[in-house]
Amino acid sequence: MKPAAFDYRAPRTLEEALGLLREHQDEAKVLAGGQSLVPAMNFRLARPAVLVDIARVPGLDRIDLDDPGSVTVGARVRHLDLEHNTIPGPLGVLLARTGRWVGHYPIRVRGTFGGSLAHADPAAEWCALACALDAEIHCRSANGARVVEACDFFEQMAFTTCLAPDELLMGVRLPSLGDSWGVGMAEFARRWGDFAIVLAIAAVERDGDSVARARIALGGVAGGPVRAAHAEAALSGRAATPESVAAAAAAAAEEVDPTGDIHGSADYRRDLVRTMVTRALNQALA
Amino acid sequence: MNAERVELTLTVNGEPRAVAVEPRKTLADTLREDCGLTGTHLGCEHGVCGACTVLVDDEPVRSCLMFAVQCSGVEIRTVEGLADGDRLHPIQQAFWEHHGLQCGFCTPGFLMLATSVLEARPDIGDEELREVLASNLCRCTGYQNIITSVHAARDQMRP
Repeated sequence: MKPAAFDYRAPRTLEEALGLLREHQDEAKVLAGGQSLVPAMNFRLARPAVLVDIARVPGLDRIDLDDPGSVTVGARVRHLDLEHNTIPGPLGVLLARTGRWVGHYPIRVRGTFGGSLAHADPAAEWCALACALDAEIHCRSANGARVVEACDFFEQMAFTTCLAPDELLMGVRLPSLGDSWGVGMAEFARRWGDFAIVLAIAAVERDGDSVARARIALGGVAGGPVRAAHAEAALSGRAATPESVAAAAAAAAEEVDPTGDIHGSADYRRDLVRTMVTRALNQALA
Repeated sequence: MNAERVELTLTVNGEPRAVAVEPRKTLADTLREDCGLTGTHLGCEHGVCGACTVLVDDEPVRSCLMFAVQCSGVEIRTVEGLADGDRLHPIQQAFWEHHGLQCGFCTPGFLMLATSVLEARPDIGDEELREVLASNLCRCTGYQNIITSVHAARDQMRP
């Protein structure tokens, strides 16, 4: 349970960090909070030759509220910082509600938002949230910057993203949901702090008594986070009633194709999808 | 790959400690082997059990998931820094009085976790405190007395 030897680099500028990633490509790994990478290294599932610690790269720990239409969360913002809501409106509520489900308290002290996305655990809360809100993932390499839509960022294979070896995840732009939006989050795990067996994230735009738009994403049911498009369609344009919520939850359970494992069978997960989507939507519409 | 040692100075319980470690050496192993501070225990070595919890800048951290080379410029606190000579820290006294430990293996981690949360939030409610304490494992399953001890310490430490 000791990691293999590596070179440790702690760049003080972004240029230096990107230069190291370009030089070492897939021999290098980016270290931020280390709450997923270091366990993998201790098990020697990961054996990077070079560890690029981005702790000293300036600017990555900022939450940018300057643009009225969006909030940009820097890659190194910690789970704990999001849990202690400082972002106004429904987006802040959703981030805070979701944050407290990420691991245990000491994990949230070190673990980062960007790290969770780059690690891409299929049951990770932030991956599902980014997918639900069509977040923009900002990536940068020595060759330039690019923006990837969250749902394209995650491959449908566990722990796999489109991030290139020489790219750094810089931050994530989330839509600052206006006051017409309601948000909800529901998760089921066997014990507090465990990874989700199934989780659902919902954001619903109200138009009087009906639903103008619904965004629903699920974790724990596939290789990556998935949008429940049929469930969204079942709710959008309908009255916000228990019946329409039930129809959406049924549609979500119908459209997923989970596999069974030691934590629960495929049928069990499908059943949990129905329950989690119901809970998340009820919270969002409350 | 580099097996060469890096020289750095850690600040542990307020004292500077000069060490020379390979980059791959965790903070937990460095505290135990290079600083001789064996009060920090290692259980799972992959961030699940919490036995190795220490405070980094007053926040609880699993020292098996941090490398010593990441720790220059931070203040580290371990269980050895709790007592003042022969006088136990209120959290230690509470564990003593309420039978908060059995075999004692998980105890340093629980003490540091509880210390950090009670310092940061002296008025934390029972339910939230329970959630925080759920971070660590006690294989003697002595959770009820751990919770009782931390409640007692909370009452004692409240300003």
